[in-house]
Amino acid sequence: MTIQFNDETFRDDYTFRNSDWAVKRFPFPFHEDSYMYSVNMEQHRGGPEGSVYEKRFDVDEHYVSEMKDRAIVLADDPLRCQSLPHMTLAGWDLLELIMVSKSEDYPDLFELHRDGNTWRWINKPLGIDDTFTFLDETTLPFGPMEYITRQSQGDFAVLDQRDDMLWMDAGMVTTQADWSLDFDIGMNFFEWHAPVPKAHEMGIFKRALKFLLNIQQGAPARRLNWTMTVNPLLDTSPENYHKWGIQKTGLTAENIGQKQFLRVELQTFYRLPRSNALAFPIRCYLIAFEDIVSVPKWGRRLHRVIRDLPEELATYKGFIDNRPKMLDYLSQYDDGLPTSPGVWPDLDTEPALSK
Amino acid sequence: MSKFQFPESIMSRPVYGTLEPRLGHAHLFVADAEGAEAILDLAKKDPGLMSSAHIIFIPRATGETYVEQLKALRPAQFYSGPSYEAALPRLRRVFSDASMGLQVYLSGTEGLMGQAQSEAMQAGIAPAAIQTEHRGSVARRMQCVHCKGITEDVMTDPFVCSHCGLNLFVRDHYSRRLAAYQGVCIDAEDPGNVPDPVELYS
Repeated sequence: MTIQFNDETFRDDYTFRNSDWAVKRFPFPFHEDSYMYSVNMEQHRGGPEGSVYEKRFDVDEHYVSEMKDRAIVLADDPLRCQSLPHMTLAGWDLLELIMVSKSEDYPDLFELHRDGNTWRWINKPLGIDDTFTFLDETTLPFGPMEYITRQSQGDFAVLDQRDDMLWMDAGMVTTQADWSLDFDIGMNFFEWHAPVPKAHEMGIFKRALKFLLNIQQGAPARRLNWTMTVNPLLDTSPENYHKWGIQKTGLTAENIGQKQFLRVELQTFYRLPRSNALAFPIRCYLIAFEDIVSVPKWGRRLHRVIRDLPEELATYKGFIDNRPKMLDYLSQYDDGLPTSPGVWPDLDTEPALSK
Repeated sequence: MSKFQFPESIMSRPVYGTLEPRLGHAHLFVADAEGAEAILDLAKKDPGLMSSAHIIFIPRATGETYVEQLKALRPAQFYSGPSYEAALPRLRRVFSDASMGLQVYLSGTEGLMGQAQSEAMQAGIAPAAIQTEHRGSVARRMQCVHCKGITEDVMTDPFVCSHCGLNLFVRDHYSRRLAAYQGVCIDAEDPGNVPDPVELYS
């Protein structure tokens, strides 16, 4: 299908909306009626047609507007994109991976023409047509990682691998769930995850690291993570928390359906060929509560997950104060019926709300 | 006693040990204030090591208390300076000369050790060649995540950013690159509601 790109904002007047298409393909993160941390990795080798898992780098109706929002963030704070000096080669690896993937997966939107090291990249949605020399930084307007990630939805961490450890040594981070690249750059895997409660004691990070260190070229992996955001604000950065934090207090029984968003990260992991670094795209999807509950199964399940989530996790994810309001709203959409296993909406087989 | 036992914390928070003499052809000591005591203790264990030692000492509030005692160890080189910033060009010069076998001993406040460690790592000194021992003040060097300014010697939680004036709470999340803990606005969701400052670890 041809994608109709929305003209919308993720700040100020918040005109962001999901179409019916975007709602039905939303990566709902709960496969059962409860949630606890796990190393929920699976192979990233496509998925059902039309789903966000189908392509290597999903492009959707929000693409053009998300890239405008990223440009605004970077103009305001260039430290959101950083690359330590030894990471330039990994940046070229990432550029190649994204250009090759997008031109193959979306030939109507992106074209890559390669003649030796002379590459021509055409990005039709953003109106870009650039010819450059691969591995020659002077032929691009930005470093290679910044150049390509200004044209790709989602945040990107590029992890160096040495001493049996992953290091957060480069990244483009403007749609983050409240963590700072500028603070975390240079940290190892355990250090940048240090503030996460419980998961260390559960051994989650040790197992995840072991898995990630062994990711091979051509065999990417993926997992989902999630949190909550008031208003469709992509840039929930610690840097700007003193400005956006107040928005969390603006929920009422009347507006919560429109203003409260479930925020889901589709995290993927790719081994890069020249640098042996690990590309770690973190793609953010937002959905309003009123759109979630339009899918009966998701409405039932989200109520149960939020209701039963341990306090520590609700605190860490930043919605402990708003949880009672969320439950008041969501309980209207939970009739107590059982839900089918798995994440899919199952609109044709799950019963309508009966209350 | 100037030794303080820090409570257990998250994995980005540094842990400090006790300086031990090590084999090496050169020994660099960087210390501030009560950090001098760690050097004096180490010298008792291995007095011979001082003949190839370079001591960079910033007395801060301890004034002359330790200067003569350190000199009496007869290190190959001794420097006493008014501030870390003043000592930094010298420190960088020493690191630029460093070769394999240099042992680095850092002691004193977290801010001093963190900054010297960050400098050493940028100069390519192997982490395994760097030891640390906390002595003296438990004050923290804090980075404001909002304006990026560093506030030195923070003793309370919350505290006021010395650059932008926001009220910040003190996190245990620590960046070795910045040699600083992270400070985050405490009243973002309820402007003006700032709890009374409490002394760290009290």
